[in-house]
Amino acid sequence: MTGSRIRLRFAKHGKVRFTSHRDVARIWERSLRRAAVPVVYSAGFSPRPKIAFGLALPTGYSSDAEYLDAEIDPVWMAGIDNERLVGALTASLPTGMTALAAAEIASGERSLQHAVTSCTWRIDAAGADATEASEAVSRAMDASELLVQRERKGRLTIDNIRPAVHAVEVQGNITDGVRLIAELATQPRAVRPAELLASLRPPLSLLRACRLNQWITTDAGERSEPLAVSELSVVGAGVEP
Amino acid sequence: MASPAGDAVSNLWHQLEPLLPQVSKPARYIGAEDGMRVPRHGPGVVSWLLTYPDTYEIGLPNQGLQILYEILNERPDAAAERAYAPWGDLEALMRAEGLPLFSLDTHRPAPLFDVIAFNLSAELTYTNVLNCIDLAGVAVRAASRHDSDPLIGAGGHCTYNPEPLADFLDFAVLGDGEEAVGDITAVLADWKASGRPGGRNGVLRALARVPGVYVPSMYEVTYDGARLVAVEPRHPDVPAVVEKRTVADLADWPYPKQQLVPLTEVVHDRLNVEVFRGCTRGCRFCQAGMITRPVRERPAEQVRTMVGEGLRRTGYDEVALTSLSTADFSGIERVVADTVNDAGCSQVSVSLPSLRVDAFTVGIAAQIQRARRTGLTFAPEAGTWRMRQVINKLITNDDLYSAVESAYSQGWRRMKLYFLTGLPTETDSDTLAIAELARNCVALGRTHTRSPSVTVSVGGFVPKPFTPFQWFGQNTVVELRRKVGLLRDDLRRNRGVQLKWHDPAASLAEGLASRGDRRVGGVIEHVWRHGGTFQEWSEHFDLNRWQSAAEACGVDIDAYVHRHRTFDEVLPWDHLSAGLHKDFLWQDWRDALNEVGLEDCRWTPCYDCGACTGYGIEHVVASAVPPAGGSQGTGVDLSRGAEIPVRLLERQPVGAAR
Repeated sequence: MTGSRIRLRFAKHGKVRFTSHRDVARIWERSLRRAAVPVVYSAGFSPRPKIAFGLALPTGYSSDAEYLDAEIDPVWMAGIDNERLVGALTASLPTGMTALAAAEIASGERSLQHAVTSCTWRIDAAGADATEASEAVSRAMDASELLVQRERKGRLTIDNIRPAVHAVEVQGNITDGVRLIAELATQPRAVRPAELLASLRPPLSLLRACRLNQWITTDAGERSEPLAVSELSVVGAGVEP
Repeated sequence: MASPAGDAVSNLWHQLEPLLPQVSKPARYIGAEDGMRVPRHGPGVVSWLLTYPDTYEIGLPNQGLQILYEILNERPDAAAERAYAPWGDLEALMRAEGLPLFSLDTHRPAPLFDVIAFNLSAELTYTNVLNCIDLAGVAVRAASRHDSDPLIGAGGHCTYNPEPLADFLDFAVLGDGEEAVGDITAVLADWKASGRPGGRNGVLRALARVPGVYVPSMYEVTYDGARLVAVEPRHPDVPAVVEKRTVADLADWPYPKQQLVPLTEVVHDRLNVEVFRGCTRGCRFCQAGMITRPVRERPAEQVRTMVGEGLRRTGYDEVALTSLSTADFSGIERVVADTVNDAGCSQVSVSLPSLRVDAFTVGIAAQIQRARRTGLTFAPEAGTWRMRQVINKLITNDDLYSAVESAYSQGWRRMKLYFLTGLPTETDSDTLAIAELARNCVALGRTHTRSPSVTVSVGGFVPKPFTPFQWFGQNTVVELRRKVGLLRDDLRRNRGVQLKWHDPAASLAEGLASRGDRRVGGVIEHVWRHGGTFQEWSEHFDLNRWQSAAEACGVDIDAYVHRHRTFDEVLPWDHLSAGLHKDFLWQDWRDALNEVGLEDCRWTPCYDCGACTGYGIEHVVASAVPPAGGSQGTGVDLSRGAEIPVRLLERQPVGAAR
C-alpha cells in the first residue's frame, strides 16, 4: 500500500536529549503504535514501518526542529484533523519530546537528508565572555580557513569548516558563559556546534546546544524550513483525501 | 514536563547532567521511561532502592525487579526507585566529583534510602554488588555499618547460597518476593515509627523472624580446619532453617502491570508476560527448575489481557511469553493463536524464549513467525541419549531430528543448538556426539535449503546449590578447554556448523561463587578491590585476578570448585531451604549416575521432592494431561552408545537422612 506521506516536526528537550538518533527512531516507532497511527509497512521478508528520519541530532543536544517523514494509511489520514494527530502523538511521546506540526507532503518531495542544507543553532559555551567571544568570532569569519581535527574510521583527518560556517552571532553573556547563534551547513557534511567552538582561537567549550531551525536553500537562494511551526493549521490543505 | 527541580540534597540531576556528555551511552542514566513512578518519600514511608548490579541495558528488563518496583509503589507505606551499576567511565567521574550511586527515577542519592536491595541473578555480578555498596557511601562489610546507613538486602536466584556475600549483606530473601517485600516493609515501618528500637541490630533481629528472610549476622559459622561444620542461629528466636517464600497462585499477581519501556536499547527489548512460574521437567543441572517449584500457571485469560493491554500501552511490536518451558503451558496453541490473530495487534510477533525440542513446538513457532523465519534455537544440552538421561533432559535424538526437519521444511535456515559440557559422567564420546548431532542437523537441512547453518553453543557446566548436581566436582578449566578443543577439531572441516563457546575461565569464578561459603567472600572483596568489576563482561574478566585473590585469602579453589562432595558433608546452604528434601536430591543424584530418568511430576504421581508437601501448596496447571509432541521421555532410545561406568562417590547413599 502506498500511504500518505506525512512530515512531522518535533522538539527534544530535557533528560530525553541524551537518547541517540537510533533511540529516537525506536521511540517514534513505538509512539506511533501507541497513538494507533496506522503506519504503512514495507513489503517483503522483513516488513518495517515506512518512517524516514532527517539529520541526526548529536546525542545530548536539544532541538526545536527535528523532522521525520512517515507513510500513513491515507484512509485513516483523511479521517483525522492534523491538529489532533499532533496532540495524540505528543501524548504518546516520552516526557521532553513534543510533536510540533504535521503536514502532508508530495510523494516526490526530496528526502529530509538530501533536502536540508543548513541548521541554525543556539550554542551556550564556556571559556570567554561576550566581548572575547565576539573578537574570536570576527577573527574566524575573516579567516580563509578554519581547521578542525576529527577522527574518521579510526584515522585523524583535518577539515576546513570555514565554508560551512554561514553566520555566527554572539548574543551575549549568560550565567555560565556566552550564548551564540550560528548557522552551519549540513552539506556536504553536517558541521557540529562543538566543532565550530573548537575552531575558534582561543577555542570555547560547549555547555549546551539546541537546534532552532533546519533550512532548505534552493539554488535560487530561497530559504525555507521543511515544516514551519505556523503551518500547523494548514495541514492537509490542497491534498486529495 | 520538566524534571522536578528538587533540592541538591535529594536530587543529583543537576550535578550529573554536566557529566553525561562525557560518557558512553548517557541515556542509560536518565530514567524517564514510560511506566516510571515518581514516588513520594516521607517520614512514614519505607524507601527502597532496587538495584541491578550490572548495566542498565542488562538490568532494566529484569522482571523480578520490575514486579517488586510496582508492588512496593502501590503500598502507601513504601516508595521504590531503581538503580543500575554505572559503567566505568561514569563511575570514575562520580568518584572524582564525589557523587554517590543514585536512583534513575528521581536521581535520589542512594544513602537517603532505607534499603538498598540487590537483584542477584548471576554470581559474576557479585563484585559489582560490592562496588555499588561502596558507591552508595556505605561500608562494604555489614559489621562496619552505622545505624544511619541503609540496610543492604538481596533477592533473586543466587540467594539460595548467599554465603559468599554473607559478610556484605544485612539480609537476603529466598524465593518469590511478591509477599516478602510487603512483610519486610511492615517490619521496617514499624521500627521507624517506634523510634528505631535496638538500632540496626534491633531491626535485623526482627527481620530474621520474617519467613523467607535470612540475616547472615544472626548465624554463627563453625569450621574445623577447611571443613565447614555448622551454620547455626545465635538466638533462640532466629530460625535454624530459613524456608523460601512461594506465591501460591500467579493469578493474584498480574505484574508488571506497567512494564517499563526504556528510551534506549536494552536486552529483551519487548513486552514480557510470564505465563507460568516453576518447572517440574526435572533437568538435574537446572537450578531454576529445582528452586521455583511447584508449577503455577497464569490463567490463559489473564495472559491474553496482559498481552493485549501491554502491547497497546507500550507500543511494542513483540511480546515474549516467558517461563522455563513455555511450550508446556496448558493451551499454549490457543494463547499464541489469539495473540497473533488479535485484530488490534497487527504486525505483532510473539517469541517463546525457551522452546522445547520437538516438532510440536516447531509447529507453534511456525504459527508465530509467519514472516521472518530466520533462526530457531533448541537446547538439547547433551550429545547422547545416555548423557541426557543422566541430566534428565529426556529428549531423544529423534525428537531433535524431527524438530529440525520440521523447522527446515517450514522455511527456517538457521538452527542454534545449546549444549553443556563438563557434565557428570561425561566421556569424550558424549562430547563428540555433539558434533555428530550438529552434522546430522546440517544434513537434514541440505534436503530443504542449499546452505543450512547450525550454530553449536557450548557452555561449561557449573553445579548449583539445591540441584542433584550440588555434590558434583566441576570440571577444571583445562578439562573444559580440552573438551571444547575436541569439538573444534572435530568440526573444523564441517561447513555449515559454527562452534561457539563460553570462556571456561569465567565458569571457574562462577563455580567458586555459586558453591562457596563465607570464606569466599574475602576473595570477592579482593577481586573487587583490585579493579575486578563487570566480571560478566569478557573484556573485563581476568582469571588471574581471581586466582591471586584466592591465594591471598588462603582459599583453595580446587576444594571449592573441583571436589566431589559426599552426602554427610555440611553444605554452606544447609541452613536454607528451597523446600526440596536433601534425600530427594541425593536419590536424584544416584539416579543420575545410574542413568535413570525421572518423568515430569505435573502429570505423574508425586515423588515427594518436598516443594509442594512441605508448604501445603500444589501445582496450578490447567491441563490434566501432558502437552502434545515429542517422546516426552518415553521414546525408544535409538542412539545408545557405549556406556562407561563412573564412580564419583566414596560412600553408598544413605537411605533417608534429613
